Amino acid sequence: MREMSEAVAAAVDLVARADPELVEIVLLSLRVSVSAVIIAALIGIPAGAALAMFRFPGRQGLVIAVNALMGLPPVVVGLCVYLLVSRSGPLGNWGILFTAPAMIIAQTILIVPIVTALSRGVIEDLSTELSEQLRSLGVGTSRAMLTLIREARYRLVTAVLAGFGRAIAEVGAVLIVGGNIAHHTRVMTTAIALETSRGNLALALGLGLILIAVSLAINALVYLTSGIARRRAGA
Amino acid sequence: MARPAIEEQPAISAGGPSILPLVLRDVCLSAGGRALLDRVNLVLTAGVRTVVLGPNGAGKSLLLRICHGLISPSSGTMEWTGPGATEARVRQAMVFQRPMLLRRSVIANVDYALAVRRMSRALRTTRAREALEMAGLAPLAERPAGVLSGGEQQRVALARAWALDPEVLFLDEPTANLDPAATRAVEEAIAGIARGGTKIVMTTHDLGQARRLAEEIVFLHNGRLLEQRSAAAFFAGPGHEAARAFLRGELLW
Repeated sequence: MREMSEAVAAAVDLVARADPELVEIVLLSLRVSVSAVIIAALIGIPAGAALAMFRFPGRQGLVIAVNALMGLPPVVVGLCVYLLVSRSGPLGNWGILFTAPAMIIAQTILIVPIVTALSRGVIEDLSTELSEQLRSLGVGTSRAMLTLIREARYRLVTAVLAGFGRAIAEVGAVLIVGGNIAHHTRVMTTAIALETSRGNLALALGLGLILIAVSLAINALVYLTSGIARRRAGA
Repeated sequence: MARPAIEEQPAISAGGPSILPLVLRDVCLSAGGRALLDRVNLVLTAGVRTVVLGPNGAGKSLLLRICHGLISPSSGTMEWTGPGATEARVRQAMVFQRPMLLRRSVIANVDYALAVRRMSRALRTTRAREALEMAGLAPLAERPAGVLSGGEQQRVALARAWALDPEVLFLDEPTANLDPAATRAVEEAIAGIARGGTKIVMTTHDLGQARRLAEEIVFLHNGRLLEQRSAAAFFAGPGHEAARAFLRGELLW
């Protein structure tokens, strides 16, 4: 219990002082996870729409695989990306091991299946509902896909937020490919892991509270914004 | 069931030579070994309002979808035989049992259908306004379609179909989910569209509606076309026992 009150005090102190190191860590966390979620949305939403709209051999297997990959262990993703971008790996000449881009790649791989699988579900429901009407109007495939994505936009927000939640909260992948280097690749989760292992439990817990608060704030912001837009559209 | 792809078509074709008659020869549709439509022969000609009548499960909706090209028959042929037949795809429209509107404003829903036909923005706005005017929806143009009542939504669907200037308009139980007042408003809109020269082909299981709107009746039962004759002759005394039982309001399946 004492740890909890100390943690709250540590968190309040860090925020009140706008501790430059803390600000740096929070901003890097956001930069990495927001970049990953944007890339994952650009890949996952069209991929989910394609899985929802098209019938092809092996589709069912692909759907099952994507669903299963939602539970990818971050450390394994981290390890695979590490092997790819380490100096002796196939992408070693990129020289991005222990940099933010490597962390973005790892988190993107981690959350593409989440965004894809959830988008597939949402768009499949809509497609079942609207496909006859769209075909009756003579809508071609690419326009139909754009229309369905646009129709699903408010529910796709939830899919993207789920991906963001996973990205901002994971520690294994960014730790392995980023290396938790101070002022360079240290993000909130790796900082928490480090402070815990150093025995600075209050500081670790304080950082944890800030992480939760940041995550909550972003979710609230996106949810409320899309809620307003949604009411305006009468959907 | 095989679903033929429908490609995007350029430009709306206002007027032009007729695509009718539509001729169905020995059309069968089966699924899972069950015959849903059985050797249907049907000729739909210009001018008269045709109502496809029959109990639930008779195959009315499937027949309409085959005519509109949404479903391919398992066997038999469906052919537009008029001089304008090559334009058939863009000269027809369909209104479904549910309005199936997009989550955008009323006018944007109509505009969308016109944009698919590659109509210029200026023409689209004029045409969409006309369509809403026709359906009595002009004051609701900027409202989100999702907040409208069921009857209003179905009239938006009608306006959207009418805006495409179809020679043939298919309607699949367009009032099945509506209360009597909304039903009447939709029926009036349909009658108005018919007066403009559009061929109406509509399914219903509602006898009252069939009496109000039909000039010709196509009676289906168990996937078979039992009668096609003028509405007056049909209601005066259909030849088939199944049709007589249906008119007496006895359940059929």
